[in-house]
This record gives sequence, C-alpha cells and structure tokens, in this order.
Amino acid sequence: MAKVKGAIVIDVERCKGCCVCIPACPQDVIQIVKEVNGKGYQYAFPANHDACTGCINCAIVCPDGVITVYRVKVES
Amino acid sequence: MDINEIIKPENLVYKKTKLFTEKPLSYCPGCGHGTTHRLILEVIEEMGIVSDTIGIAPVGCAVLAYEFMDIDMQQAAHGRAPALATAVKRLMPNKFVFTYQGDGDLAAIGTAETIHACNRGENITMIFINNGIYGMTGGQMAPTTLPGMKTSTSPFGRDVRIMGNPLKITELLANLPGTYYVTRQAVHTPNAVRKAKKAIRNAFEYQKLNKGVSFVEVVSNCNSGWKMTPNDANKWMEENMFPFYPLGDIKVPQLEKA
Repeated sequence: MAKVKGAIVIDVERCKGCCVCIPACPQDVIQIVKEVNGKGYQYAFPANHDACTGCINCAIVCPDGVITVYRVKVES
Repeated sequence: MDINEIIKPENLVYKKTKLFTEKPLSYCPGCGHGTTHRLILEVIEEMGIVSDTIGIAPVGCAVLAYEFMDIDMQQAAHGRAPALATAVKRLMPNKFVFTYQGDGDLAAIGTAETIHACNRGENITMIFINNGIYGMTGGQMAPTTLPGMKTSTSPFGRDVRIMGNPLKITELLANLPGTYYVTRQAVHTPNAVRKAKKAIRNAFEYQKLNKGVSFVEVVSNCNSGWKMTPNDANKWMEENMFPFYPLGDIKVPQLEKA
C-alpha cells in the first residue's frame, strides 16, 4: 500500500509564533522554538518531521500564510 | 525518505497565494484577519477573476487591506464601504465588488449604509469580521460585544441594562428582502476554514446572478483585545461567541433548497 509522506517549510522570518498551527496538526509535528526571529517572535518549527503526512491543516489555519506544504506518495 | 527529497516543486500541495503582496501582514499573531484575507484571495484566484474584482477596504484593523491584497482596491470612510461598493458596482456592473469590514465599521458607525445597501439589494459581496470588540483602537466595547464581556470601556463586563443589548446584525440583515445569501462562518480550525472558503466562494458566485447582497460573517478572535493567547482566544470564542453567534447558513437561496 502506498504511504503518504509530507514535508513543510516555514518562513521563519514571517512567522509570528501564534501557535495556531500546533493544535491544528493531527500528527503533532510542529513545535515552537526557544530562539527568536528578526522581529522577536519565537517561531514554529517542524520538530517531528517524519510524522508529517502533508495534510495542509497547518497551512490553511496559519493567519500569515507562512507554511508551504509538499507531499509525495511512497510505494512500500 | 529524506525531507529534502520531498521538498521539490513537483510535490507542492499548498503555498500562499500569489495575490498577497510581499508586505508582512500588520495583524497581531493569531488574528483571523490574515486567514480571511487569504481565503478571499484564494477564491478570487480560483475563479480567475483577478482583473475583474474590486475590493473596498474599511476603517479598522483591516484599514491597510489594500496594502496586502494585490488586486484593485478602494478605501472607504469609516463605515461607508457599502455606499462606495454601491457606486463602484453601479458604474461597473460587470466587475465583482466586495467589501471587507469589521464589526465596529459595519455594525456601529456604518449601520445605516449597511442596512440600506442590503435593503436596496445591491449586487455586492460583504465580508464581515466579527470579533466583538474594537480591536484597532485598544479593545473598546462594540455593538457586538457579548453581555458580561469585559472590554476596556466595560471593565466590569457589559451590563445590558446600561449599555444595551448586543446587535445580531447578520440575523437582522437576513430579514431584509435585498439579501440573497447570508451565512456565518469561522476561521479558527482547519475544518472551519474549509467551510468558510466554500461560503466565500458561494458569495462570489451568487454575485453573477445579480440577485442581491451576499453576506458572509466570519466570527473571529481578537486575542490582543481579549487579553488572551491565540489558542485560548479560539477556545474562548468556541465557548462564548458561538452559542450567541451560531455558525451556519442563515439565508440560503430558494433555488438550492428545491
């Protein structure tokens, strides 16, 4: 059966660290880092990237639209 | 499989729409304005009406909407977006015209313009962001503030005996004969965002029929005004705003029912 693997890219300089993407992710991929970006916000980071399925839930709730999602089917 | 092997242009499934300008949004972290802007722009892009759409920016937090949306925009005086939209639509009936207004703009200072534009049945789309507060000026009480809700001008909670009752303007407008499609949505969860996008798409599609105003209310959070974190604000909104402002379609065209 084909498995779906996803990946997200977060534009950290535009991320405002609002954390809305964190409860939206069914796989708990995203976490907030301790460092800050150029504007002083703690930004989101895909900590558990292997679990990502590319469901785009995080990207469509992101108010600033900073998340880009990629998805690929892996034949196993 | 390595992450870098997945991140390739051919595997792209979601990207911010190109209709956003390069300017970073000026809204607070977690604000529903950004999501609603994106939904409108995505709908415009998907319908292929980029050069045929004219937006009217309000006064309020979204006053700079024309800076973020790469489409034709006008800026109206406070509350007068429906009046300006009426003029634009009557002069250019083939264009898609939408207003984007907050609750202080649409339900307070612009009540007369809103009600009369809806009553006349102008063929425009109105997007109404309701967060129950004047967000831009520091969280003062708005007509849509809930009973008992604390704001900077009602620090002990809204007392309806002194400050009056909250205004359910969307239900009010649904009673007018000039409105064709009236719905209430939210943008705080992925599911709500998908429904809200469909509603906005419907609102723009109905504008082709020239049957009257299509009105989409988006119940949104104002975490800065409510003094909460974005996720707490979303939870508070689910527990307190939704019982008073229930989500769903309020007025659906007769054609769809049959």
